[in-house]
Amino acid sequence: MANNDKTRSKLLTRRAALLGGGQLLLLGTLAGRLYYLQVIQADRYAMQADENRINIRLLAPPRGRIVDRFGVPLAENRPTYRAVLVAEQAGDLQSTLDAVATLVPLSDNDRRRVLRDIRNKLSFVPVALRENLSWEEMARIEVNTLELPGVSIERALIRSYPFGETSAHLVGYVAAVSEKDLSGDDPLLELPDFRIGKSGVEKSYDLNLRGTAGTSQVEVNAFGRVVRELAREDGMPGQEMVLTLDMALQAYAAKRCAAEQSAAAVVLDSWTGDVLAMASMPAYDPSAFAAGLTGAQWKALIENPLNPLTDKAISGSYPPGSTFKPIVALAALDAGVITPDTHIFCPGHYELGDAKFHCWKHDGHGSMVLRDGLKHSCDVFFFETARRTGIDRIAAMAKRFGLGAPIGIDIPGERSGLIPTTGWKKATTGIAWQQGETLSAGIGQSYVLTTPLQLATMVARLATGHEIVPRLVREDGVMTQDGGTDRIEAPSLNIAAKDLKLVLEGMYAVVNEQGGTAYAARVMDPAMAMGGKSGSAQVRHITEAERDRGLPKALQVPWKDRDHALFIAFAPVTNPRYVCACVVEHGGASGGGGSAVAAPICRDILLEAQKRDPVHRVPDQPYGSATLASG
Amino acid sequence: MHSALDTSVPRQSILLKLLSINWGLLLLLSAIACIGFAMLYSAANGHWDPWASKQAVRFGISIVVMMAVATVDLRFWLRSAYAIYAGTLLLLIAVEVKGAIGMGAQRWIDLGVIQLQPSELMKIACVLVLARYFSTLTPDEIKRPLRLIPPALMVFLPAGLVMKQPDLGTAMMLTLAGGAMFFLAGVRWWKFVVLLAAGGGIVPVAWRFLRDYQKNRIYTFLDPENDPLGAGYHSLQSKIAIGSGGMFGKGFMNGSQAHLNFLPEKQTDFIFTMLAEEWGLMGGLVLLGLYTLIFIYGFAIAFRSRSHFGRLLALGITVNMFLYVFINTAMVMGLIPVVGVPLPLISYGGTAMLTVMFGFGLMMCVYVHRDTRLGRGGDE
Repeated sequence: MANNDKTRSKLLTRRAALLGGGQLLLLGTLAGRLYYLQVIQADRYAMQADENRINIRLLAPPRGRIVDRFGVPLAENRPTYRAVLVAEQAGDLQSTLDAVATLVPLSDNDRRRVLRDIRNKLSFVPVALRENLSWEEMARIEVNTLELPGVSIERALIRSYPFGETSAHLVGYVAAVSEKDLSGDDPLLELPDFRIGKSGVEKSYDLNLRGTAGTSQVEVNAFGRVVRELAREDGMPGQEMVLTLDMALQAYAAKRCAAEQSAAAVVLDSWTGDVLAMASMPAYDPSAFAAGLTGAQWKALIENPLNPLTDKAISGSYPPGSTFKPIVALAALDAGVITPDTHIFCPGHYELGDAKFHCWKHDGHGSMVLRDGLKHSCDVFFFETARRTGIDRIAAMAKRFGLGAPIGIDIPGERSGLIPTTGWKKATTGIAWQQGETLSAGIGQSYVLTTPLQLATMVARLATGHEIVPRLVREDGVMTQDGGTDRIEAPSLNIAAKDLKLVLEGMYAVVNEQGGTAYAARVMDPAMAMGGKSGSAQVRHITEAERDRGLPKALQVPWKDRDHALFIAFAPVTNPRYVCACVVEHGGASGGGGSAVAAPICRDILLEAQKRDPVHRVPDQPYGSATLASG
Repeated sequence: MHSALDTSVPRQSILLKLLSINWGLLLLLSAIACIGFAMLYSAANGHWDPWASKQAVRFGISIVVMMAVATVDLRFWLRSAYAIYAGTLLLLIAVEVKGAIGMGAQRWIDLGVIQLQPSELMKIACVLVLARYFSTLTPDEIKRPLRLIPPALMVFLPAGLVMKQPDLGTAMMLTLAGGAMFFLAGVRWWKFVVLLAAGGGIVPVAWRFLRDYQKNRIYTFLDPENDPLGAGYHSLQSKIAIGSGGMFGKGFMNGSQAHLNFLPEKQTDFIFTMLAEEWGLMGGLVLLGLYTLIFIYGFAIAFRSRSHFGRLLALGITVNMFLYVFINTAMVMGLIPVVGVPLPLISYGGTAMLTVMFGFGLMMCVYVHRDTRLGRGGDE
């Protein structure tokens, strides 16, 4: 018995010692594991812990404003308010919604959507109750927040265009990022509410306007709830774009164009190339795009026969008609095929082989020199001049004046127009150039197509003799109070000064001499007098049979078939600076020609431009707003 | 070789017994419990509610229970061992039947003050009954295989029941603690080898009884990075929390993993993770050191005891506590699969606290009655 106890005791001691040793070994393993995790692998796990808890959130920078030359905002950021509800703070949802409904309208649809969103989201995620609250609605909710647990107001910035459709095509609009915009590597594009420029300056200078993203490092818990902000790095706000535009003049031009159904006008400062105004009417409301168009709104826009979405100033291609004649004249003088004194007789028509080409004046102009040809816009004079010069020399001259190729204005959508050559026709149609086509081209018909911006550029180059290039963005920022801008150094066109002078004199006569086609649109104040050239561009061929029956009155023809009315002008004649080109599609409401419809528009716009010139401006009158309010 | 007359020391008064408890052990237990309160306070983001205050009250009650257990005569525990085991087994079967009838997955009996989990109590009851059984066997009897069948049933019956619950952790603890008792009782080495071999044969069969989520836990343990957001999430997040604690920790109440809820069950099974995150390697080692001191106390108490039952009981309780600590910490460190075993005295939970303190009460009882000699069967 005792022996048994002793052996049993010894065995237990031995076994207990073994067990204790085993336990110590395992405890050592635990300590070693702790050391491995917390010392050897500490950095790796510390990094993973930070990855767990730290989220990088993008902060969208405010988009840069777009302002005119005097700093008047054309595109800015307007605060919008929305009411949001955090479900976990709200308590009884139904009574909270009822309380909100007493302050701001809340439809049954809204309520259903809110309840659905709350069900689908984590309880701390804010759910939008109402978007785009008015300031009053926002204030009503803010005042009553104590009675509305969980309801709060969120402020966001929305793009707004104070001048609406007046500058729509030029400034453009912003809209939500679409799939194809996502190619860039800017993380901002991934933000759900981010907007990017889709047309106009908003598009072409999108990267400047956009700015760079800021970041906010926030600590989140395992459910994604933000616990606190750890660090914030503000982004760079978008750059402010200063345009060469004078918004007062733009508004005036837009108003004049809008009265003519479908029209476009471009005003340039020929000393600098500054685009002072570039209107295309009808237009659209860019703010609607920023907010998101409804299907019906979009349908109405694309189905409108007057094409409000098209910027006719740069995308409209029109036969220039008689406004092309100064180019033909310069080409002929340059080629030496006529002189200032070359007489050409106009019997009212011109025969080439079997074909008969009619002057717009049925009874003919009689014998004329170049100056008279321009003044009366005699077609026969230019048939003969063009025939003598040849299409290729005319085309070469047109190209020097900026026709037939995109000007390179920095907004998207510019068309190149068309200046035909013999080579071009052979290459595109396979048929040789016909001499009759030269005659048509000589009066700006046939294949010749130009945009209003090209026509304005052409006049600016006529007025200066230099290769003026229109520009839309001012590099020197907003204009200072003295407002002076010097001529810029542009390469010379290398055209004989006396030739240019002769053509400008002809254009002077068009407006300022009795018998000139636009004499009715002359300026009475000699200090602000303009010179110009009218044009009426046929949209449709007139057959010989129709001509025999007698030409119908314009208003008897369907609108779509009426001639376009064009006018190009410069002012003041003593020292040309401001130039304007205007195209009224199908002659507008009255169906009149260039001299009757387009010339008064050019005259009024140029008068306005000269009055706003620093030389004429009344001292102490602030820039921008004054004329704008009255205009 | 003493005579049968001096097999017992004179009976002590209750007061004397209370004064003779092991104060060092009590101090150690209180120190660990206080660390537990601090961690629960942190887990509630610096609030006594809902965990720390309740836990403190439970610890207070448990100390009273421990004292009571310690002052009861060791012979009482020897005599009642079978009854206690049988009662606990009945409770275990009762909740099993209740669960099977469709009362849901309730594995506890509501006593009002605490919800009693029989499986938790069984951990101690099993050790108690094995100590009772083996204390009566002579070395010769232990060599007979037939004598090993009853104790084997005492282990595998409850282990099988909790495995069915399914509670992998408790089943593991019961089996390992039972095995340790067999080992201490002097069962031959080769029998363990045979058992292990047989067990190895059973694994494929047992595997079929495992629930999918248990299988997943084992898969996940084998390759935790495989599914970081799914089944491996707990294990991975726990390792991240411990590792990111570094040498000195992130500071009290500053554990980002725990406080941002990346850590699951931070107040119960994963509380060691939070401690290691906030107090670093140093905190973890200090706590493991305190536990080690308790184990040393357990061994010392066993060797001071003059009765074979007392020694087996004290050692069994020590092994049991060791298994709690080892399985829990090894699990949160990613050394073994995720199983539900609490960290004694620290994890929030009533039954575990009561069970653990009941166990230490028995250990204390062995200490108080260290000079008591017991004959076979508890009769003097």
